[in-house]
Amino acid sequence: MSQKFNKKDILNFMMNNAIYIVLFVLMAAIVIIEPRFISLKNFSNILAQASTRVIFALGVGTIIVAKGTDLSLGRQVGLAAVISASMLQAPGYAYRMYPDLPILPLIVPIVIVMVITGLFSLLNGFVIAKFKVDPFIATLGMMVIVYGVNSIYYDRPPYGAQPIGGLDERFAQLAQGYFQIGTFIIPFLVLYAIAVIALMWVIWNKTKFGKNVFAIGGNAEAAAVSGVDVAKMIMLVYLLAGLLYGLGGALEAARIGTATNNTGNGYELDAISACIVGGLSFSGGIGSIAGIVTGVLIFQVIAYGLSFISVNPYLQFIIKGLIIVIAVAIDNRKYIKRK
Amino acid sequence: MNSDATQKESFLLEMLNVSKEFPGVKALDGVKLRVRKGSVHALMGENGAGKSTLMKCLFGIYHMDEGQILFEGKQVNFISSRHALDNGVSMVHQELNQVRTTRIMDNIWLGRFPTKGLFVDEEKMYQDTIKIFKELDINLDPRQKIGALPVSESQMVEIAKAVSYNSKIIVMDEPTSSLTENEVNHLFKIITALKNRGVSVIYISHKMVEIEQICDEVTIMRDGKWINTKMVKDITTDEIINLMVGRDLTHRFPPKTNKPGEVILKIENFTATYQPSIKDVSFELRKGEILGVAGLVGAKRTDLVEAIFAERQVSEGCMTLHGKKVAFKNPKEAIKHGLALVTEERRVTGIFPNQNISFNSVIANIDKYVKKTQMLNDGQIEQDTAWVIDSMSVKTPSHKTRILSLSGGNQQKVIIGRWLLTEPEVLLMDEPTRGIDVGAKFDIYKLMIDLASKNKAVIMVSSEMPELLGITDRILVMSNGRLAGIVETDKTTQEEILRLSAKYL
Repeated sequence: MSQKFNKKDILNFMMNNAIYIVLFVLMAAIVIIEPRFISLKNFSNILAQASTRVIFALGVGTIIVAKGTDLSLGRQVGLAAVISASMLQAPGYAYRMYPDLPILPLIVPIVIVMVITGLFSLLNGFVIAKFKVDPFIATLGMMVIVYGVNSIYYDRPPYGAQPIGGLDERFAQLAQGYFQIGTFIIPFLVLYAIAVIALMWVIWNKTKFGKNVFAIGGNAEAAAVSGVDVAKMIMLVYLLAGLLYGLGGALEAARIGTATNNTGNGYELDAISACIVGGLSFSGGIGSIAGIVTGVLIFQVIAYGLSFISVNPYLQFIIKGLIIVIAVAIDNRKYIKRK
Repeated sequence: MNSDATQKESFLLEMLNVSKEFPGVKALDGVKLRVRKGSVHALMGENGAGKSTLMKCLFGIYHMDEGQILFEGKQVNFISSRHALDNGVSMVHQELNQVRTTRIMDNIWLGRFPTKGLFVDEEKMYQDTIKIFKELDINLDPRQKIGALPVSESQMVEIAKAVSYNSKIIVMDEPTSSLTENEVNHLFKIITALKNRGVSVIYISHKMVEIEQICDEVTIMRDGKWINTKMVKDITTDEIINLMVGRDLTHRFPPKTNKPGEVILKIENFTATYQPSIKDVSFELRKGEILGVAGLVGAKRTDLVEAIFAERQVSEGCMTLHGKKVAFKNPKEAIKHGLALVTEERRVTGIFPNQNISFNSVIANIDKYVKKTQMLNDGQIEQDTAWVIDSMSVKTPSHKTRILSLSGGNQQKVIIGRWLLTEPEVLLMDEPTRGIDVGAKFDIYKLMIDLASKNKAVIMVSSEMPELLGITDRILVMSNGRLAGIVETDKTTQEEILRLSAKYL
């Protein structure tokens, strides 16, 4: 009797944490194949790569808690990267998009791109809240539109479609700079990420806005009859996400050192999968900041680790895809109505 | 009629001469409801008597065609639940409208969180919640997630929420339908506490005992009309039931021509795997018989037909069909063995809304139309669609009309026709006449009786007493998931069925 109970308990535990078990096994395999994986340098690299991604994930994560989704994330990041980079090319660089542009304070282009992605995202929210278009469809359309807008901006005289490089040293330093404690390198990017995480934690947990997001995601009707303006809330949620895409997009350009109209392609899937693996539910109203951060880190560790042990990149796609599907399958298990 | 002017002072809420008409149905016809301050007022009537419609008019969910509402002597016209709430009128719904993923106090203060600067003032939220809980003798931690609470406690949170809005009047819609006796006692304590604060309660319930126990006054409705309002101490339970029931049953039902014969289906000790649901239900169904299934909301009548149709998993019990033991794995097997189920929620589980009549008619039987070439036999499909339209007298311009553009009654006829095309031996119908007009109802009754006359067996789940008494041969009464009794239709009374319905509450 007690043995049976134990067995069931263990099975339950394994099912509830299946995704973490799978990921743990993967990581263990990576370390066994290549023990050098465990090093401060790798750790620091992973953190730097995760930094911009966590900003995106926090944006779309807020949308997911409000029972939405956002496929336009990646393309918006690309737009922000291209526009910010185009305004921050070094004065001496031969292929400046704006040859006569004066040297701008860093904050100016960053704010400009945040406003631009903020507006695109707000438009998403508007279409979803006012015309009741399914978030998947609305943001799918926006994804294509933003790519078009970005490509038109990107591919034009005098130099046509070519990567926007030669970034201003200040801009590059913004993302690539670091300080050192002993042999451990802490990239500045990580600090920005921590600041955004902290800000989002406060918004989620301490403000009226945050509570309303959970309410409309958990039960929009209950929120509406309690006097919450659901449409306004949805628009604000998308706006907030858009601002984060803009900020993250600029940092992403600075991190990579160049931007093209394909920058950010597919980031939405990474961000959404990180959220799901981190315990957010597509049925809305469920999730935590800690979960999102964990989800992003797990994916980054796996991606970095698989490359580190030279797994065929195509195989990496297959592994990533499996993780997403398994995560959602497990997520759904909790909500299946049994008859 | 006498001193109306002097009486007016003592009424907190007056709904006067309220009428509401839906296409084809007069849902409310000059109804009045007057609730005194600090009193518990029972609102009683059968399903379909118009209680919910009346309440929806109060909260502005429906717009009434005629009548006026006076609250504290002033005319009001609420446009939404929230508007009513802000004015001190609140409702605790049968199906609680809560954000199950958040904490108790988040639910209570949703839409008006107290803030301190930019941030939500958690401490004030907590203290204010505790204060209300103390007053109402509720012993819950406001920081607990509401999703983990049983229904009874969620309901208490709803009541606390109503109190937190300083509600002067709280409507409770069947508040005890899923409570145990202890929980009911606690609820009554809370109601008494509310009364002492001068709050009025409109109490909607079917349970006579509770009316006597907690209510001061009772208003009885029937068929959308006001029947009577009395002090509870001046009226007996039997009188209330008589007032709720008393109506003429002639001419609403076709003559019965069917004769029950030998047993076709035998159910023994059916218990569903996922509880709460049906427990230990046994009965027999005969050829040529129409068996009614009666019970209150939550009696698990739908679960019973779902279990028979293998749409719901059964952990114990067995089924005998045509003298042979059967155990269906899924509805497909049940259909193969001659069963058919017309589901309760036509819109959700019945129609394919965007498809035409033809599609909706043949879809349950589609295998029959596949030719050797793997193509569908369009000619046969057209022929069968025509049969459905003719034999069910569906009113439609063509076979290609989208089913959604038909009236509810005609949609239902198509669904029933769909199942008849599978040539079922046992037809299960769950609330087959809900929300359809009188004429269509008559057609459906006639059809059921015709089927039974051809030696088919019919099980009809219904919440409408008149139709149960009008067309069935026997009535199986469910109470709280269990079989409360099976009665012969021509020897029973509504009173007996109501009593049986409450047997296991």
